[in-house]
Amino acid sequence: MVHKKTGALALVAALLMSTSAFAQQRLVTWNADYDPIPLAAAEAMITDFEAANPDIDVQLTNFDHEGYKTSIRNFLTADAPDLANWYAANRMRPFVEAGLFADISDLWASEGLNDSLASSVLSMTIDGKQWGIPYTYYQWGIYYNRDAYKAAGIEAPGADGMTWEQFLANCATFKAAGIDCVTTGSSALWPVAGIFDYVSMRTNGYQFHSDLAAGKVSWTSPEARAVFAELGKLQPFVTENHAAIDWQDAAAIFVQNKAANYVMGNFAVGVFKEGGMTNDNLGFMVFPEITAGVARAEEAPTDTVHLTSGAKNPEDAKKFLAYVASAEAQTKWNAAVGQLPTNKNSTVDAADPFLSAGFASLSSATGGIAQFWDRDAEAEYAKAGMEGFQRFLVQPEALEEILTQLEATRLRLYPQ
Amino acid sequence: MAQASDVNFAAPVHRPKAQWNQRTIAPWLFLAPGLFMFAVYVLWPIVQSITLSLYDWNGLYNKDGAFTGTFIGMGNYAELMTDPAFEVSLWNNFYWLALYLLALPAGLFIAIFLNQTVRGIRLYKSLFFFPFVISQVVVGLMFAWFYAPNFGLFYLLTEWITGKGTAILADPDLVTFGIIAAGLWPQIAYVMILYLTGLNNVAPDQIEAARLDGAKGWKMLWYVVLPQLRPATFIAVIVTVIGALRSFDLVSIMTSGGPFGSSRILSYYMYEKALSEYGFRMGYGAAIAVVLFAIMMVFISGFIWKMWRDEKER
Repeated sequence: MVHKKTGALALVAALLMSTSAFAQQRLVTWNADYDPIPLAAAEAMITDFEAANPDIDVQLTNFDHEGYKTSIRNFLTADAPDLANWYAANRMRPFVEAGLFADISDLWASEGLNDSLASSVLSMTIDGKQWGIPYTYYQWGIYYNRDAYKAAGIEAPGADGMTWEQFLANCATFKAAGIDCVTTGSSALWPVAGIFDYVSMRTNGYQFHSDLAAGKVSWTSPEARAVFAELGKLQPFVTENHAAIDWQDAAAIFVQNKAANYVMGNFAVGVFKEGGMTNDNLGFMVFPEITAGVARAEEAPTDTVHLTSGAKNPEDAKKFLAYVASAEAQTKWNAAVGQLPTNKNSTVDAADPFLSAGFASLSSATGGIAQFWDRDAEAEYAKAGMEGFQRFLVQPEALEEILTQLEATRLRLYPQ
Repeated sequence: MAQASDVNFAAPVHRPKAQWNQRTIAPWLFLAPGLFMFAVYVLWPIVQSITLSLYDWNGLYNKDGAFTGTFIGMGNYAELMTDPAFEVSLWNNFYWLALYLLALPAGLFIAIFLNQTVRGIRLYKSLFFFPFVISQVVVGLMFAWFYAPNFGLFYLLTEWITGKGTAILADPDLVTFGIIAAGLWPQIAYVMILYLTGLNNVAPDQIEAARLDGAKGWKMLWYVVLPQLRPATFIAVIVTVIGALRSFDLVSIMTSGGPFGSSRILSYYMYEKALSEYGFRMGYGAAIAVVLFAIMMVFISGFIWKMWRDEKER
C-alpha cells in the first residue's frame, strides 16, 4: 500500500510538473476505481480526448476497487476531484441528496443524451434531473455448460432459451445424474439476488421488481409469495452449501462439469474461460419465462461517471463527460473491456458471442432494464433482502419467518 | 508506586509547604504525554461514540463540510431492542465468551503436559505455541479451507464417517461454533504460554512438602499447584474474555457474518452497520459500539478493581 501511495504521489508530482510545462493547459481531475484492463481502456480514452482537446489535461487517480467505496465518502467533501466514478440508480442517491454530485441535466439536453442513452435515462434520473453519465453495462442471464448437458443426456438450450417447465424438468434429470442444475456461491450474498431478481421479474414483471426494491410492495402480498413459490421450485436443485462459498468457487464447480447452469453477469465469462471453457462448450441464454405474457426485463448494472459539486473546472469536465457519453468513446472503451456500451449508436464486437447475445438480449428487453437488487434498493434494505433470499435457498421451510422479518424491516424503513 | 515512596523517603523533608514545587509537578510532567494520548485516543473517541449514537447519520458531510445527521435521542437504542440481528449477535457473543473460556483448562492441561524435561521439549513447546504466532487472518483462512464444502478435510472426514459431508460454515446452527473452534486454537496456545511461565514460578519446596504429606494427582493440582498459579489464571481469564469480545477478524475472514447473519457478533455487526458496503448508518453502529463497550466495562472494571486492591495490599 505504502509503495502504491508513494508511487501515486510521484506520479501526481510528475503530472503536475508536466502540466506546468504547458501553462495554457487546463486541468480536469478524475477519481476512478479500475482494475488493470479497464484502467488501460480509460487511459486510452483520455489520450483520445486530449488529442482532440490539446488545451485540456485529464488527470486520472486510480483507487483500489474496494477501498474506493470508503474513500469516495471522504474525498467528495474534503478534496473533491472534478469527476468521480460511481454507480447508477439508488447507489448514487446518498451523494445526490447530500448535494455532492452536480446536476448535469443541461449536458444531457445539449448533447441529446436522452435519446442516445435512452436505456439509462431512468436509472440516472433523481427528482427529474440527471446526475451522471453511464458509459458501460453488462448483461446478466444463464450461462450453461454444454458438456454437463451432454453428460446428463439433455439437449442443450437453443438461442431462444427454454420454458420454465422444461428448465425445472431438466433440473430433475441433472439431479438424478449427480450434477447441480444451478450453481451459485452466496457467501457474499449478491449472487442470490441475481436469481431472486430474475424469478421475480419473470413472475411479476419489471414494475414489481422496482416497487419491491423501493419498499412499496409488501413481502406478504400474494405477488411476493408467488415469487417465493417459484424460487422454491428451483431451491432443491441449487448447489448445496452455496452459503459457504464464493462465486468464484462456484465457477470452479461449473467449469468442472459438476454444474450445468449459472445465473451470473457477463464478467464471469473471463473466469470461466480461465478455467478452460471455450465458446464451444460455454453457452448463454436468457432466463426462462415464468408467467406467460410478462414483458421480458433484464438485469444490467450500469457504471457511471459523475461531475462533483466541488469541481474546480466544471466546464472542461463537462466536455470530457460529453466525450464519455459519445458512441465513439463507448465503442472503444467497451471493446477493450468486453462489456456493453450504453450509447445506442455504439457497436459491439460481433465476434464475441456473449457480447452479441447480451446486446441482443438487452436491446429486445421490452420490460425494462433493472440495475440489480442491491443497486435498485437502498443499501440497508438491499442487505436485509439478500439475507432473506439466501436463507430461503438454505431453509425454504422458514419462509413465514423470513417474510415476517422482511416485512418488519420494510415497515421500519418505509413507514406507511 | 513502591519506587515513588522510596524516593519520597530519601528526599529532604525540611522544605516549606510550597504548592507547586518540583516534587509535586514532576509526576504530572511525566504523566502528561500518557494522559494526553489517553485523552485524545481513548476518552475523546468514547465521548464521540456515545454522542454519535444519539444521531441518525449516513457518514456524509455536505459540500460545505457541514454535518448532515439528525438528532434522534434514544432512537437507535430503541431500534436495537427490537432488532433480531442484534439479538443473534448478542447470543453469539455469549457463546464466544462461554466457550472461549475452555481455553483455560485446555491450556493448563497442555502446559502441565509440556512442563517436563525430556529431550527436545523446547521444540515441542514452540510447536504448541506456533498457532499463536501466526496471524488471526491466516488462522481464519486455514480453518475456512478445513471446513470448506467438497474439498475441506473436515468435510471429507464427516463424509467418510457419516456418508454425508457437513459444511460447518454453511450451516446456520453450527457456524458460530466452527468459528469459535478456530479461535480457540491460537487462544489455547496463548493460555498455555501464560501457564508455562506460571509453572516455572511454582515453589519446588511446597511441591516437595505436599508430596511428603502424600498429595498427588488431582489433589496436588487443585490444592497446591493451582493456588500458586492464581496470577497466571487471572491474566488468562482477562485476555480470553477480551479476546472473545473483540473476535472480529475470524468472523470477518471466515463468513462475513453469514450465512444470513447467523455468525454475527456485536463487533462485526457494528462494523457492518457503520462501515461496510451496505451500512453507513454511523449512529446505529455507534449505539452497538456503546453496548459492546458497556459489556467490556464489566470485565475491565473487575480487572482494574482487582489491580487496585493488590496495589493497596502491597
